[in-house]
Amino acid sequence: MENAWIIPLFPLLSFLFLIFFGKRLKEASAYIGILLSLASFVYSLLVLFERFSSPTHKAESVWLTIGDVQLTAGFEVNQLNALMLVIVSLVSFLVHTYSKGYMHGDERFHVYYAYLGLFTFAMLGLVLSPNLLQTYIFWELVGLGSFLLIGFYFYKEEAKKAAKKAFIMTRIGDVGLLIGMILLFWQVGSFEYDEIFAAVEAGAVSSTMITLTAILIFIGAVGKSGQFPLHTWLPDAMEGPTPVSALIHAATMVAAGVYLVASLFPLFSASETALLTVAIIGAFTAIFAASIGLVQKDIKRVLAYSTVSQLGYMMLALGSAGYVAGVFHLMTHAFFKALLFLAAGSVIHAVHTQDIEKMGGLWKKLRVTGPLFLIGTLAISGVPLFSGFFSKDEILIAAWANGNTVLFWLAVVAAFFTAFYMFRLFFMVFSGESRSDMKHVKESPSVMTVPMMVLAILAVVAGYVNTPWFGTFLGDWLTEGNPALGHGHIEGPSWIMIVATVVSLLGIFLAWLIYSKRSLSRDWLGASTLYTILYNKYYIDELYELTVLKVTKGLSLILRFIETFIVEGIVKGVSGAVSGLGHLGSRFQSGQIQRYGAVAFVGLAILIVVFAVTGGYLK
Amino acid sequence: MSSVPLSAYLALGLILFCIGLYGALTKKNIIIVLISIELMLNAANINLVAFSKFGVMPSITGQIFALFVMAVAAAEVAVGVAILIALYRNRNTVNIDEVNTLKH
Repeated sequence: MENAWIIPLFPLLSFLFLIFFGKRLKEASAYIGILLSLASFVYSLLVLFERFSSPTHKAESVWLTIGDVQLTAGFEVNQLNALMLVIVSLVSFLVHTYSKGYMHGDERFHVYYAYLGLFTFAMLGLVLSPNLLQTYIFWELVGLGSFLLIGFYFYKEEAKKAAKKAFIMTRIGDVGLLIGMILLFWQVGSFEYDEIFAAVEAGAVSSTMITLTAILIFIGAVGKSGQFPLHTWLPDAMEGPTPVSALIHAATMVAAGVYLVASLFPLFSASETALLTVAIIGAFTAIFAASIGLVQKDIKRVLAYSTVSQLGYMMLALGSAGYVAGVFHLMTHAFFKALLFLAAGSVIHAVHTQDIEKMGGLWKKLRVTGPLFLIGTLAISGVPLFSGFFSKDEILIAAWANGNTVLFWLAVVAAFFTAFYMFRLFFMVFSGESRSDMKHVKESPSVMTVPMMVLAILAVVAGYVNTPWFGTFLGDWLTEGNPALGHGHIEGPSWIMIVATVVSLLGIFLAWLIYSKRSLSRDWLGASTLYTILYNKYYIDELYELTVLKVTKGLSLILRFIETFIVEGIVKGVSGAVSGLGHLGSRFQSGQIQRYGAVAFVGLAILIVVFAVTGGYLK
Repeated sequence: MSSVPLSAYLALGLILFCIGLYGALTKKNIIIVLISIELMLNAANINLVAFSKFGVMPSITGQIFALFVMAVAAAEVAVGVAILIALYRNRNTVNIDEVNTLKH
C-alpha cells in the first residue's frame, strides 16, 4: 500500500512509450497497453486487499512553499480510493483488451492506445489525490484525455465538434470547482481534504461559506458528470470510438464528478442546502435524461442518456445523505454500463450502423453478444438478483429515509423509464425480424467477447457485496471509522423493494408489449408533440444556441473588434515608430566616406563656434 | 631681418588647409583625395614651423615635429596607395562613391 503511487504510473508509462515508439510497433502496441493496464489492475487489487486489513495510508511531501503556506503532493489510500482504483483499472484493462479487436485495422491504432493510457493515468491519479489542488490537476488531465479520445476520429466534423463541446462544457463546470477550491483555501488555508473536513467539523468555516463552496464544487461535478444543465456534451461524446464511450461512461470521466462529491462528502453533509441542491439536481437529471432516452434512435445515444440518468441517481443518493448507496451504485453502474457499451460496440462492429430502427433479429446471429447485452439490460433495469437491483434499491431507501417524498417518487418513475427504454432498445435490436439487409453479420472475435463476459459476471455478482439479505459488507467497510459518512446501512421499509421490482417489471412488460409483441401500436407515440419534444432532447441544445451562444458570440465579436483595432493599433503604432526611427538612422549610415568627413567637419565647426561665442575653455 | 609677419604664415596655412579639406570632401577620385589630405598635413606643417619661429616660446621643437609629420605622411601615403592599388585590382575603380561596403 505504501507503493500505491505506482498504480497510475503504469498507464503513464504506456502513454509515453506508445507516443514515442508506437509508430514502429503498429498493432503490437495493444499488447503494451494491455499488459501495463493489467499490471495496474493487479496492483490495485493487491492494494484493495491490503486495505481490508490495515488502516488508511497517506504519504505526502512538500511540493511548494509560498510564504507560510506549504502545498503538498502525495497520495492517499482510503476505502473509497481503494475501491475506485480497482473499478477504474479493471474497466480500463478490459477496455484495453476489447479495443484490440474493435480498433483492428485503424491507422492510428497506437495513438489510440497512447490516449487510453493517458486517460487511465489521469483518472487513477485523480482517485489517489489527497488534496484538492492535486485533484484539480488530474481533473483537468481527465478532461484532456476525454477531449483527445472523443475527437479521435477528428476527420469527422461531428467528432471534432463533440470533442470541443465536451471540453468547453466541462470547463464551465471546472470554473465553479476552481472558485470553490480557492474559496475553501482562503477559509481553511489548506487544500488537504483532512484539514478541510477538520475545519468544517470544528465550525471554523461559516455555514454560508460551506454552502457556497459546496455548491461551487458541485458545479464542477455537474460539468464532469453530465448533470443538468451541463449534460449536453455527454450524448455528443458518442462520436468517439465505442470502447472509449464505455471507459468515459463507466469508469473515468463521468465517474470523476460523482467521486468528487463522494470524497468531499463531509463538506457537503455539513450543509443542508448543498445536499438538497445535489439531490434535486440529481433527481431531476435522472428523470429528465431517462425521458429523453425513451425515444432516441441511436443505440449509443440511448445508452448515453441512460448514463446521464444513472449519474443523476448517484447524485440523488449522495444528496440524500446516502453515501454508501451512491458509491455502491457508482460501482455496479461501472460494471453494467461498461458491459452495455462494449456489447453495443460489438453490435455496431457486426452491423455497421448505430440506428436501432435498422437493426432487429440479431439474437439469432449474435449468439454471444445478445445474452451479454441482456444481462446488462437486466442489471440496469433493476431486475431482482442482478447488481443494479440492489444498488438502486439502496438509493430509493436513502431517498425515502431522507424524508423527501417528491424526490423519491421521481426516482421511482425514472426507474420505470429506465426499464422501459432499456428493454425497448433490447427488443428493437435483438428481437423480431431484421429490418434491413444484413447478410454479413458476424460475431465479434473472442478478444472482444471475453472482456464482456468478465463484465457480465461482475454485473450479476457485484450487487451481492451489499445486500439487505446477506449483509451490508461494502457499506460497513466504506463507513468504517468515519462517522461523517453516515451509517453503513440505512433501514427502509420493505415495500420499497417490492415497488422497485414491480416498477421495473412493469417497464419491461410495457416495452415487450410495444416493441416485441407489437400488441400496442407505436404510431400514436410518434405523432404526439411530446414525442417530438423528447426526440429533440427538450430543445436544450437549441436553447443554448439561442441564448448562451448568441451572447458569447456577440461578446467575442466586440472583443475581436477591440483586439484588431485597439490592441493591434497600439502594437502597430509602437513598432512603426521604432522602425521609422531606425529608417531615419540608417540614412546616415550611407557608406559614403566623404559624407562622414563632412559631418565630422561640420560638427567640429559647430563646436568651435560654440566655444568662440561662449568664450570656451579659455575663460 | 624678416618682414613677413606671423599672420601671413597662418593665412597661408589656413588657405592650404581649406583647399585640402574641400578636395578631400568633394573629389571623386581617390588619388585626388589622397593628395588633398597631403595638402592638409602640409598646412599643419607650415603652422608648426611658423610657431617654432614666432611662437610665445620659440624653439627648434616645432621644426623637428614638422620633419616627423613628413616622415609619417610619407608612410601613410605608401600605405594609402597600396590599399588603393589593391582596391583597384579588386573593384576596377578609383571612384570613392562606389566604395561604400561599410554601409552593409
